[in-house]
Amino acid sequence: MLLEVENLTRQFGGGRTLTGRRPVVHAVSDISLSIDEGRTLGVVGESGCGKSTFARMLVGLDQPTSGSIRLAGHDIRGGRSADGRPLSATVQYVFQDPVSSLNPRKTIRQTLTAPMRHLLKMDAGQRERRLDELMDAVNLRPEFLDRYPHEFSGGQAQRIGIARALAAEPRILVLDEPVSALDVSVQAQVLNLLADLKRELGLTYVFISHDLSVIESISDEIAVMYFGRVVETGPGSTMFHRPRHPYTGLLLRSAPVPGQRRIHGEPKPAELPNPFDPPPGCAFAARCENARDDCRASVPPLDIATPDAADPESGKAHVACYHPLAEKPDKNAPPTP
Amino acid sequence: MTAAAATAKEPPRARRPGAWALFANNRLAAAGLVILVAIVLVALAAPLLPLPPPDITDPANRLIRPLQEGHLLGTDQLGRDLLSRLLYGTRMSLAVGVSATLVAALIGSLLGLIAGYAGGRTDNVLMRGIDMLMAFPYILLALAIVAVLGPGLMNALYAIAVVNIPFFARNIRGITLGLARREFVDAARLSGKSNVAILGTEILPNVLPTIVITMSTTVGWMILETAGLSFLGLGAQPPQADLGSMLGEGRKLLFNAPHVSIIPGVMIFAIVMSINLVGDGIRDLLDPRLRSGALARPAARTAVNRESVADAPREENANALLALEGLNTRFEVGDEIYHAVNEVDLKLNAEDCLGVVGESGSGKSVTAMSILGLVPTPAGRIVGGRVNFHGDDLLSVPLERLRTLRGGAIACIFQDPLSSLHPLFPVGEQVAEAIRAHQPLSKEEVRQRTLELLQLVQIPNAEQRLSAYPHELSGGMRQRVCIAMALANDPEVVIADEPTTALDVTVQAQMLRLLNRLRRERNAAVLFITHDFGVVSEICDRVAVMYAGRIVETGPAEDVIHAPAHPYTRKLIDCVPVLGEQDRQLDAIPGLPPAVNRLPEGCAFADRCDRARDDCRVGNVELAALNKEGRAVRCLYPLVEGAEGSG
Repeated sequence: MLLEVENLTRQFGGGRTLTGRRPVVHAVSDISLSIDEGRTLGVVGESGCGKSTFARMLVGLDQPTSGSIRLAGHDIRGGRSADGRPLSATVQYVFQDPVSSLNPRKTIRQTLTAPMRHLLKMDAGQRERRLDELMDAVNLRPEFLDRYPHEFSGGQAQRIGIARALAAEPRILVLDEPVSALDVSVQAQVLNLLADLKRELGLTYVFISHDLSVIESISDEIAVMYFGRVVETGPGSTMFHRPRHPYTGLLLRSAPVPGQRRIHGEPKPAELPNPFDPPPGCAFAARCENARDDCRASVPPLDIATPDAADPESGKAHVACYHPLAEKPDKNAPPTP
Repeated sequence: MTAAAATAKEPPRARRPGAWALFANNRLAAAGLVILVAIVLVALAAPLLPLPPPDITDPANRLIRPLQEGHLLGTDQLGRDLLSRLLYGTRMSLAVGVSATLVAALIGSLLGLIAGYAGGRTDNVLMRGIDMLMAFPYILLALAIVAVLGPGLMNALYAIAVVNIPFFARNIRGITLGLARREFVDAARLSGKSNVAILGTEILPNVLPTIVITMSTTVGWMILETAGLSFLGLGAQPPQADLGSMLGEGRKLLFNAPHVSIIPGVMIFAIVMSINLVGDGIRDLLDPRLRSGALARPAARTAVNRESVADAPREENANALLALEGLNTRFEVGDEIYHAVNEVDLKLNAEDCLGVVGESGSGKSVTAMSILGLVPTPAGRIVGGRVNFHGDDLLSVPLERLRTLRGGAIACIFQDPLSSLHPLFPVGEQVAEAIRAHQPLSKEEVRQRTLELLQLVQIPNAEQRLSAYPHELSGGMRQRVCIAMALANDPEVVIADEPTTALDVTVQAQMLRLLNRLRRERNAAVLFITHDFGVVSEICDRVAVMYAGRIVETGPAEDVIHAPAHPYTRKLIDCVPVLGEQDRQLDAIPGLPPAVNRLPEGCAFADRCDRARDDCRVGNVELAALNKEGRAVRCLYPLVEGAEGSG
């Protein structure tokens, strides 16, 4: 396992103030995931589910309240990987908004050389060579190096963001909604670029998105998050054909597909629970058709979905639900045109 | 991936008026600059000018009036030449004022940067210290400092610098606080930069304009304060010339020899006034919002400047509810003309839902905003076409009529509900306002109607939510409020500009379900702008695809999606991953759309199209009918058989 996350929890707030205690928000609760070298883990969820907080902890931009992140077996709590180098030389991050992740007053050259200078300690000649390689890798012309971020379109800026992440020669890229700010035609260019880079450089991706179809198209494994917890994990190839958690089912029913009139919005407007006062049981129970009393009493653990030795899929898929969706592939599976 | 093609023909950089031209445009600032430069030049040249020495007394010639031989501005009570003293005094005052500003800016900005970047305890300690400085009246504090250090120009300088540190520290801290949480700072941290490097090379360059603005607006104030301390005898010591001390000495002779005090007084006025004017000019110049022209207040409706207008709607549009005919809207920025909307025809029948699909910059929003004259002018201008609503041309109706239509018969829903709702009013009040603007109802009736509307859009606990503020609602609830406002006056047409794009997918599904129900219940026609063909399938009857300001394909939604005729439509559908088809290779469209200020001849899509031939790049490709069901395509070689492309 290249990257292992165990019982990761992040709380905001808490602590004392002059007038009493500050309320605690659980942004991420008790996440355990792992990913093999060269694979892509897709993390999908809606706003407020904690997926960005999770991503920021993976790259060390935020520190977990409890739990551990291990990189090749080595705990990264100190901000360093096993070989003593800074964590960011191994794990890099691609931001959602490509333009705001570039300093408006620095040229692309200055932005791209910073990781080479500070993380890899390259000299000027090595940096020049690496710059050429990088611009070539992300299909940008070298003369762009001396321009400023506002001169680029969103797609070009995101390529620069990817080049900046690659400049440190990382093994893992954490991509936080890297294409959701882009136009659809440019989104496909960037997704194809990411696929090419992964193949050529043997990278491992943690790909975070709210878009089910993007997640499905790029992921080897998928984790679905809701209200700070992972509610379902499984192989990317089958998970959306066979959702087990009612929330995954709802997500699938809500996604529009060109050429089909198929989505069923929930009849009642539904909202996330109050993060300051989370329910004792499953956070999704209030929106769930299958919810029963035990769902509201305690949080269901993430367990193997089908503990059936005969099923070859057994052990790969996990679901945090006391009453998972029954196997009715024709009802919940995504349509095949 | 053909990035080479993507970048082969990049748009030239937009030409905006340069910084100097903008500054010169501001007449007052330019006048201030002229005066200031003249004063500074003369003051600098003082030692070179044939002036009597400023400090040599000559009691025989005391209090000579101005304009006398040998003493242009007369002499003071000790017979010293006033012109000479004025120029040397100006030198001194300028030097002290500017150095005090520099000292205050350096220390204040440094404190602000550190406090804003470090946050937490450091921020608290530093800023409370600054607050303590500010707790004393500034002149009292300056007096106290001078009293401790003893009188003298240098001590006055220190005092004034210390007194002004809080201005810089607080200003810079605020900006730094915002910048320190920006993504590029995170990116720098991940690039291995240390905190000091991030402060110095990432944040400081972005704070510098603010420091310059603050300096330019405080330097005049500092000069005034220096003069004030010298006036009280705490600054410059005799016989040294300084504008403040000259004023102080002349005060005793105000009636006998008014020129002794008036002359330095006028000079202080001229310096401070010119510096403040220049400072205001610099601030206007460096403030990015002012620079983009955003503060130029847009006119109440888009400027319309058509060469010729048809008298009546075209025959085929005679019965249409809303019909756009040959609409042309453009933006004029500097010398550049951006052709945002070109010859757009759209037709919306009652109870119809027409989807307008395109990528950003395709002109879909500008088209919709042109209908109600909501494209901001200056910059925006409608230069051709008709917008028929029940046969009337909306581009020529009086403003009063347009106002009753806006939010009345034609209502809008925008993409971002948070920015289209006013943050300081309860949502109930905002819905009520939409009703009151169009219907003369009593207070109780308005309240009743507001409640009904919120219930109509299925807001739970509507009664309590009336008094909720926008920030207390989730994104989906806010968009429901916006929909309620749009429906407040039973509109015939609802223009929905990406109303679900900012929402989560499950909320989007709820919202589409709601919109679909409401438009049927209320018999409203919907112009639905989106980039997502999946959403089009869900809600739209017909669809128009836009590219580079033109409609490239239109027809019944289902037909267009299942068998697109224009290569762009085909690619736009194919480049999006589809749920359940994991193994499909994404068919990315190479390159970028053309810049609308440099539209190519012929088909705008030709450079990205693998079917393009030579004749695609010449002349004008017309939108040609494909069949009788209203399908039309702007392509010489459409993908669907059925009709010949024109050409």
